[in-house]
Amino acid sequence: MLYTNLKHLESAADHQKAISENENVMVILGRMGPMCIPVYGIAEDLETEYKHVKFYDMEFDNPESYVIRNLPEVRGFMGIPFTIYYKNGKVVKATSSIQTREQVTAILDKEFAAVVTA
Amino acid sequence: MESNKHYDAIVIGAGPAGLTAGIYLSRARLRTLIINEGTVGGQMILTHEIANYPGVESISGYQLAGIMKKQAVAFGCEIRSNISIRNMELNEELKTIVLSDGSIYTTDGVILTPGGRSRTLGVPGEDHLKGKGISYCATCDGDFFTNKEIVVVGGGNSALEEAVSLTKYASKVTIVHQFDHFQAFEHAVEEARTNSKIHFVMESAITAFHGNENLEHVDIRNLKTGNLSRFKTDGVFIFIGYIPNTEFLKGKIELNQWGEIVVKNDMSTSIEGVYAAGDSIAKRFRQVTTAVGDGTVAALAVSNYLHELKAKQKQLITA
Repeated sequence: MLYTNLKHLESAADHQKAISENENVMVILGRMGPMCIPVYGIAEDLETEYKHVKFYDMEFDNPESYVIRNLPEVRGFMGIPFTIYYKNGKVVKATSSIQTREQVTAILDKEFAAVVTA
Repeated sequence: MESNKHYDAIVIGAGPAGLTAGIYLSRARLRTLIINEGTVGGQMILTHEIANYPGVESISGYQLAGIMKKQAVAFGCEIRSNISIRNMELNEELKTIVLSDGSIYTTDGVILTPGGRSRTLGVPGEDHLKGKGISYCATCDGDFFTNKEIVVVGGGNSALEEAVSLTKYASKVTIVHQFDHFQAFEHAVEEARTNSKIHFVMESAITAFHGNENLEHVDIRNLKTGNLSRFKTDGVFIFIGYIPNTEFLKGKIELNQWGEIVVKNDMSTSIEGVYAAGDSIAKRFRQVTTAVGDGTVAALAVSNYLHELKAKQKQLITA
């Protein structure tokens, strides 16, 4: 069980719903380990700042996580967490292992740039 | 971004030492801010189970950190996490801290609790292949290397214990260590030496990682002969200890040869009004309980310092 403050995806159906109903989605697939926890913490912090992005986590050992583990974008990944960024249901970026806040925000800013209206 | 806000005390770091200091300072009704570069909890959150924290039979480090944070916030402590410090001026009586987002804070007292982090090799290819063959956590990533040949770097307890644990998955584990002997406890060395899957490359160091999509080879230099060889491997696990997060303090405060902050018994540092606590100070034992104790002492000492400072300032006004 992931005891983070993020919204949890418990099933493939949850995952499908999350990426189809939201334009910008970040999903962290991991365990409660030293490489994953810092990434959950970063996502928790960013939730208030990046309101146009939905943040979720999913347990790596949940059999339903095949929806992420079988993605072509994670082929060759050998370190958790797998962090997947979806735009309109499509994977736009995926990273493996621990990331810094700067690495995460660089991706969010590039892939999910908020539309600024004058 | 906030600017020009004043606090009685600022704590830099939100591990157990920093959170404890935050709890004590806020409860003493001192306006307190904790600034933390990473996730609140420090190294403590990386511990799966803490079973030796008095009063709590068993708890995960993540949960214990959450409770400490809640306590600190409940007493009025403010916390800014996942943000870095751009600049600090600690020598003056009124100390100034500038954050990476441009926020400027002033304070009368500072407690440094930046903690430590896993050491990396810092050689070419390491950043690029992290998570693609290079790992720092056997529990996290061991199963990706089932029936594969891997390398473990290091010679301390963590390296040898994790090498043994990785033999559950890997077909062969080669330990690469820079010295001709191990620093680990004898029983850990013995367990590794008697494991038929483990091989040893001593007095050697990895100098580069190679691979496109995934790690394919490493360069290993024999430190005695200088010979360089290319070694095929599916993965490398690095366990070469911890280093204090004190780079930002170099030249600003007294550090020892290992970069640890030198403190007196009351946790005061070489600068008046600046205290330090936790894993980043020069000491022998590093536990959550010792960090909590250090944080308590530092907070009480800062409270006392602030009380004396206010009395001194009052005297100057009335004189």
